[in-house]
Amino acid sequence: MVTELFIFAESASQSGLPLGITSGGAWLLRNAWLIPLLPALSFLGILFFGKRMPRKGAELGIAAVGIAFVLAVLTGLAWLDHRDNYHGEETHLAVAAVEHHGEISHDEHHDDSHDEHAASGHSESGHHATHSSLAVSNTVTWFQTNGVDISVGVLVDGLSVMMLFVVTLVSLLVHIYSTDYVGGDRRYTHYFAFLSLFSASMLTLVISENTLQLLVAWELVGVCSFALIGHWWEEKPNSDAALKAFLTNRVGDMGLLVGVTILFFSVGSVLPDTFGSFSIAATNAVANNGLLSHTALLVAATCLMAAVMSKSGQFFLHTWLPDAMAGPTPVSALIHAATMVVAGVFMIARLYGVFFEGLSIGGSSINLMALVGGITTLVGASLAFVQRDIKKVLAYSTISQLGYMVLALGVGAWTAAVFHLFTHAFFKACLFLGSGSVAHAVHSFDMKSDMGGMRKAMPHTYRTFIIGSIALAGLPPLAGFWSKDEILAGTGGWGLFGGTGGNGSYTLMLVMGMITAALTAAYMTRCVYLTFFGEFRGHGDVHESGPRIVAPLWILAGLAIVAGLFNLPKGFQLVPDSFQERFGHYVEPVAGYFPTISHATPSWSLAIISTLVVIGGASAAWWYYFVKVEAASKASGKSLTELPNGPTTTYPLAKIIHNILDKKYYLDHLYTGIIAGGTKGPLARMAYRFNQQVIDGTVDRVGETAVKSGQFVYDKIDQLVVDGAVNTSGRLSSEAGGELRKIQSGKVQSYAAILFAAATVLAGILIVIV
Amino acid sequence: MENFINDWGLTVTTFLPMVGVAVMLLIPKAQEELHKKAALATSLLVAVMGILILTQFDFDATGQLQFAVDHIWIDVINSHYAMGLDGMSLPLVLLTMLVVPLCIIYSWNHFPEPQNPKAFLILILVLETGMIGTFMAQDLVLFFVFFEVVLLPMFFMIAVWGGDDRRYASLKFFLYTLFGSALMLVSFLALYFLSGSESFVLSDLIAAVSSNGISRTAGLWIFAGMFLGFGIKVPMFPFHTWLPDAHTQAPTVGSVILAAVLLKLGTYGFIRIAIPVLPEAAVEWAPWIGLLAVIGIIYGALGCLAQTDMKRLIAFSSVAHMGFVMLGISTLTDFGINAAIMGMVAHGLITGMLFFIAGSVKERYHTLDINRLGGLLIQAPRMGWIFGLCVMASLGLPGLAGFWGEFPAILSAYNPGNGLPVTTFRVFMVISALGTVLAAGYLLWLLQRAAFGTPKDEFAEDPSITDVTKHEWISWAPFLALIVAIGIYPNLIFRVTDGAVDASLNDCLQVNASELTAEQAEALGCASIYNLHEDHEDHAAGE
Amino acid sequence: MYLNQFLLLSAALFAIGVYGVLARRNGVLVLMSIELILNAVNINLVSFAAFQDSISGEVFALFVIAVAAAEVGVGLAMILLLYRNRRNIDLTEIDLMKG
Repeated sequence: MVTELFIFAESASQSGLPLGITSGGAWLLRNAWLIPLLPALSFLGILFFGKRMPRKGAELGIAAVGIAFVLAVLTGLAWLDHRDNYHGEETHLAVAAVEHHGEISHDEHHDDSHDEHAASGHSESGHHATHSSLAVSNTVTWFQTNGVDISVGVLVDGLSVMMLFVVTLVSLLVHIYSTDYVGGDRRYTHYFAFLSLFSASMLTLVISENTLQLLVAWELVGVCSFALIGHWWEEKPNSDAALKAFLTNRVGDMGLLVGVTILFFSVGSVLPDTFGSFSIAATNAVANNGLLSHTALLVAATCLMAAVMSKSGQFFLHTWLPDAMAGPTPVSALIHAATMVVAGVFMIARLYGVFFEGLSIGGSSINLMALVGGITTLVGASLAFVQRDIKKVLAYSTISQLGYMVLALGVGAWTAAVFHLFTHAFFKACLFLGSGSVAHAVHSFDMKSDMGGMRKAMPHTYRTFIIGSIALAGLPPLAGFWSKDEILAGTGGWGLFGGTGGNGSYTLMLVMGMITAALTAAYMTRCVYLTFFGEFRGHGDVHESGPRIVAPLWILAGLAIVAGLFNLPKGFQLVPDSFQERFGHYVEPVAGYFPTISHATPSWSLAIISTLVVIGGASAAWWYYFVKVEAASKASGKSLTELPNGPTTTYPLAKIIHNILDKKYYLDHLYTGIIAGGTKGPLARMAYRFNQQVIDGTVDRVGETAVKSGQFVYDKIDQLVVDGAVNTSGRLSSEAGGELRKIQSGKVQSYAAILFAAATVLAGILIVIV
Repeated sequence: MENFINDWGLTVTTFLPMVGVAVMLLIPKAQEELHKKAALATSLLVAVMGILILTQFDFDATGQLQFAVDHIWIDVINSHYAMGLDGMSLPLVLLTMLVVPLCIIYSWNHFPEPQNPKAFLILILVLETGMIGTFMAQDLVLFFVFFEVVLLPMFFMIAVWGGDDRRYASLKFFLYTLFGSALMLVSFLALYFLSGSESFVLSDLIAAVSSNGISRTAGLWIFAGMFLGFGIKVPMFPFHTWLPDAHTQAPTVGSVILAAVLLKLGTYGFIRIAIPVLPEAAVEWAPWIGLLAVIGIIYGALGCLAQTDMKRLIAFSSVAHMGFVMLGISTLTDFGINAAIMGMVAHGLITGMLFFIAGSVKERYHTLDINRLGGLLIQAPRMGWIFGLCVMASLGLPGLAGFWGEFPAILSAYNPGNGLPVTTFRVFMVISALGTVLAAGYLLWLLQRAAFGTPKDEFAEDPSITDVTKHEWISWAPFLALIVAIGIYPNLIFRVTDGAVDASLNDCLQVNASELTAEQAEALGCASIYNLHEDHEDHAAGE
Repeated sequence: MYLNQFLLLSAALFAIGVYGVLARRNGVLVLMSIELILNAVNINLVSFAAFQDSISGEVFALFVIAVAAAEVGVGLAMILLLYRNRRNIDLTEIDLMKG
């Protein structure tokens, strides 16, 4: 039963809000639900029959995800064709509130050019194709309540197609990698079952047609994350980490519940014949056209931001993410780097109409989203310095990069954010799997005590890790450079050094982004040095991992090199026009459910400056580790990880002056002492301390307080007052009964005496009265 | 066949367990096997009747009473033997029919001390008659009788087969509920006399109240009486203190039936009787009901955090979950009450299941002290998994049944029925959303302490700790299947309840006030509701 | 013939009966005293009936006699059982119904 819900297909000439969706399109696009269905079936298959299979269920999971990947690729190709060639009927939204509001009016933060766009049904803003990109929507009724159909279905557009590709690809590689990495594990089968369930949930999330479906999938990925973080639940720290992840996410989910509710009724209030709507397309379209009150949108967007902050590890709900590294490494790669944690970013991108209007992103002021993203990116990057655990370095790096994406969305650079999501998935998965490969060899994650000099023993891991690091740091021409540069351009700060456009001048965000770029380069240099350079500090014989681990590494490394080329910037003179902004063209919607945003044009000067910043950050760290520490190691004959009298040592005043005079120490001090050391030492430590003690402590304290107040309420109020009142009344009647029972002697004659006495008294009364 | 079901279906279903009881009374006490078989056969027959009814049920007319029978019962007080089934009662009746046979199967080989299967099973069957009867009765006196019939077997079940402190718990349960039902009866009588109704039949009463009217004060007092009677049974904060004791002391099967069905008698009373009969009083009381509901949500959760006994924790969680149900009801919207019925069914299945597990854990470990448990997943992996699933369902994970009771209830509080203070309910909504976080907290904490980790030394080598047994599988499988099935396809319930809830609610609560002119409101007889609160403008504007 | 004469007789019988029920310890004597009380009632019934020209009092009296016979039957049986079990029919020592 395919229904159109309360969205009425009308011919384009009639009045109504253009939604930018169609129920037509290629079969593959309309039936994208098959992609999540496959892993869902494989979950059930593995759960019930996995242990009886020859490879304990892993083959079923790989087959399902593999087919899903092929389907995703085909769907992607179908979308490319659809985007350029489909000119079918567009679905319009009948809006009742038009009468209420007089006519479709626009909020004041639409400037004139936007008004024109909206009025002309989203005509093209420059470089995009000349027709709108109609998303394909296909829904069925899920359930009915209060006479309203709540549907479930797919909304396939560039964004979801891109996510389908990324999720199935990374998931497939992680499945293959895992057969080696967790081979022989005590719960091998369950591990694969949950990988399948996770893939199914995440794929459902990215094709969600409505916010309710999104909410369902959102929580399901959360529970898979819980199960996989706590995979080795025998040890308490692991189950603690799993609990922390789930609970922190729940706090954010509260915001999601409330936000979805507000949107549901707000949208319902302007649609005819219904009191609510979960439809994402309708929600965005209504928000874009200023039919909803700004207050409602602001509150909804803020609530949804809470969900984003928890799921995507944004400051200050990010503390669960590093702890989540307690799970197996492939899981960290899949869930806590490449896919699940970007769910929050995806949601912002999906409901961008709501966020764009609600947070006034087009208004050029500093908004909540940009600020949260900016702070997160700095916090994450600075914390990555002080970690000993290689996975935690990458975890903080993930936080930082997610902050980048949120920042980008916060300044209106939608395509840049989504593109960064795309590239980040590859290089971060590559880095995580690489760290897993190293850890697999040395049986530890501690860089300082158990690693060092791995480049000789593990050439493949080493090379792919280097590629991933460069891509993450953002040096051209690797993937990270292109996406990062677009984000920086999108901030529009300082007039873009000659660039144009953007949604305003977010200079602060540009500065934050630049600092993070430098920090990222520096901490990755440190991480690479500690892991792969110097001498081996661990024990035992180390050798390269097997092909099932190395092959995914190379595939991801390859993508980390080339992924950036999918979205070469507009006006990039070295390539023909037809190669520019391909990603943006196919992924960014030009449709009624997407706000009209203006696009920044990157400039050479910005690209050069940002590259210099990256090189600067990397050089500082290089100087410290590859030069100073290396030399100190040689001198002491041990493989050191820090200078013995390094940056944290305070020098007497005279010595400082001497050092300033001594050019060499002057530079040393500048690079290692002030820049690297200052960041690495007090600042990062302070930040980490703040992180662990204040923020984390607050979380703990809130938990403790809740238990304590629970204890108090239970002991003092429940047991004493409420229950006490009940007990007292019971005791009173029981005492009264105790007195009365003395009368009951059991002797016939005493009863008879009472009887006669009573009869006499009654007779007396009767006489008196009558 | 069709005629038989139509005319006799409900009566036979209700009293079939009593026939079983009569047969069992004739069987000597010593023949325990025969007793078990007879009881199981009876309950299965009832379930078969349920399926027959289901096949004949018209799903396109869930709003009407089906299979209705109406005969004069006690002429003197105009009480009728009126039974009927609609979309609102059907899920609960089916839930009862499911729970009883599964409970009998569960206790097959391990009756609690002091054994005596004959008496135990007879009590369960009497309970079944009472429960089914309550859900089907359409006459207030008949309803009251069935409502009370439930009380005694439960009392004996706790008092005879209960734990160490059973006397205290059973007495508390009995007195508390009796107190409530006394007030409820007074309310019923007052309603009958003040409205000038022809009979105690529900439809007559509704008609009488809406045509003759009833004074505002009287309506408020009558509603208050019913509120107490039903609220104690739910149980609502602050009338909940009987629940943890009763649950902790009751035998496993008793706890399951108590959680799965008995608590629903209270909420069912609200939506079947109190709100349809007195819509205007309901509007005035609703904010207070909502307030107590959200206090219950938070309070129950805090109570859970302080517990060290697994069964007591689950019992406290019932207070929180029923808070969501009551929140849904207090919105007086179709949406909210649908959510409430969903919540009732889901809570019945999930908490029933959790009590089953607690019982099985107790049987194996001889303790429910959370500090002494641990490593269930190692010693009994399947049970650990089932426990995990139920915990997830209970904390409202989407894809499992609990979510569909919780989220729509929260959702409905954003937009309560006409005449209700919108801002207040939105505050309730946010607080109840906080309750979902706390729920995750205490349930996961329980899961971690009981199922994760390694077994404590005292139990590590205990050979009596086995995985799920055959009887447990049979009795649990339908629960688990339903938890998942409803979670994936909630329309299983919503499809049935939607029409009935719509029909039961006063039109005035449903129509969007902003779309209504004063004359239309007058014509619908809604004026009085609008006059109660002048804030429907606010309601319309609050988007 | 005055009604008062019968009523006085009845009252006297009743008082003797009450005294017997309350004061005697022998079960058989208590039973006999109960008979006295019942017969006092019978006298009342019959005399009122005779003075008011109605037979309903007599009918009632017949009923009372029949019931009294049954009661004595049961009572004696109980006392007999008591005697068998306890070798004693002292009512002051029988307090099985003590609460």
